Amino acid sequence: MDPIISLLKQDAKTPVEDIARQLDCTEAEVRERIETLEVAGIILGYTAIIDAEKLANGHVTAVIEVRITPERGGGFDRLASRIAQFDQVSGCYLMSGGYDLLVMVEGDSLSEVARFISEKLSTIEGVISTATHFRLKCYKENGVLVHQDTSYRRLAITP
Amino acid sequence: MRDIPRSGIRDFFEVVQSMRDVISLGIGEPDFVTPWHIREAAIYSLEKGHTGYTSNLGQPKLREAISAYVERRYGMRYDAATEILVAVGVSEALDIALRALLDDGDEVIYHEPCYVSYSPSIKLAKGVPVAVETRVENGFSITADALEAAITPRTKAVMLNFPTNPTGATLLGEELRRIAALCVKYDLVVLTDEIYSELIYDNSVHESIAALPGMRERTVYFNGVSKAFAMTGFRVGYACAPPVLTEAMMRIHQYSILCAPITSQEAAVEALENGAQDVERMRGEYQLRRNYIVGALEEMGLPCLKPLGSFYVFPDVRATRLTSKDFALRLLREHKVAVVPGTAFGACGEGYVRCSYATGMQQIKLAMTEMRKFLATL
Repeated sequence: MDPIISLLKQDAKTPVEDIARQLDCTEAEVRERIETLEVAGIILGYTAIIDAEKLANGHVTAVIEVRITPERGGGFDRLASRIAQFDQVSGCYLMSGGYDLLVMVEGDSLSEVARFISEKLSTIEGVISTATHFRLKCYKENGVLVHQDTSYRRLAITP
Repeated sequence: MRDIPRSGIRDFFEVVQSMRDVISLGIGEPDFVTPWHIREAAIYSLEKGHTGYTSNLGQPKLREAISAYVERRYGMRYDAATEILVAVGVSEALDIALRALLDDGDEVIYHEPCYVSYSPSIKLAKGVPVAVETRVENGFSITADALEAAITPRTKAVMLNFPTNPTGATLLGEELRRIAALCVKYDLVVLTDEIYSELIYDNSVHESIAALPGMRERTVYFNGVSKAFAMTGFRVGYACAPPVLTEAMMRIHQYSILCAPITSQEAAVEALENGAQDVERMRGEYQLRRNYIVGALEEMGLPCLKPLGSFYVFPDVRATRLTSKDFALRLLREHKVAVVPGTAFGACGEGYVRCSYATGMQQIKLAMTEMRKFLATL
């Protein structure tokens, strides 16, 4: 992987100056490379990783298995992108196996998510069925372990 | 034990221990936690009730994994049944090799600055340590000329450690071949501690002296899983040597240690067989940190070789007119950054300090900022 991508994936806030020093190149080169990645749509955006359980208001995430009817010409694409455009949908993927789309939905409450599924998602023409799984607890988010025990310390000086 | 001093690192450690919130560049072990699949293999081994002794030489499947790994990575072939011994870290393996090899008064040549245990281990084995100083002009690598000048009729063995703790030096190419030729010419045994051989940067390729012509029969090759796979606490190292030497080492090992812990041995099998990607990932990170730290040190006026191996840099602090020890102590007391005085690794380390970059980028950045402030006060 491009070393700039791996650094930004680890910490999108890494200053350009630090990236340049770690890669032994100039800041201008780093800026140019990042811009190229953004223009090419390889870097789609930068976001924070949140432990939703610590948020004051409720936060609900559901994973929905959706079966849809493919269309002549476009296959699953038109319907999938139609679903993906809802603000409530945080992720949408075409899958192999027993269903077609895996849709991640986020909302402030159980009823809000349930309403979205019953009123919006399952009423779309071409959606055959949905199976909804609500998330109960998060152990790892975007590669970050959520309940990490940080009490272990290495010795400060070793040979 | 009167003429064997405490490790210089030990004294410094006690000062650091008495302070809070120290940013430490003094740590000689990876900051990465052992990769999960390796830890999981250790847990699985416990779950299965594998809690007994193993063969003195180490579990056959681990010796086979070592044999395959050493051949795949460095091109040497050792017989898993008779030429490989699993020890409790390279430290133990070195100790038993020296004890097996040396008669009273035999001289062992080693290069300084070096790992803290070499000279004491030679003395404990009743040998006479003969230090060859390495210099910054030679990239802290030992030269064949310097080695030859130190050889006497009592010289029994040469100890090498490349890549080197504390300098990050490497010994490759022509000079390595010249040194191998000297060892053949003077009929010397070579003890080569290559624990940092996976941590080598800028697409350089590690070469083991054991793979050179005429060397196999006179070389004890040491390596382990500690540095490459971030497994220091597992305590697994190994020695590869011709059967006679392996047998001699095994006898000491069997009476003093019996065997390395079985859980660690089973974790080591997983590391050697399935850990290549982890090594590559960690190597990549170390290289970025090395670039950062070398750039920062140079910029603040502390000249520093860009080492090709290990995870240490060894900047020259003579421009500050402080001794290594004063530099380290003041930096610690006034700015809470711990580095290790070069003199902990031999008298010729005076004028240098060891900074480890086996610590997170954030810590390294903070340490560099504090060091810059410290230099401004001098």
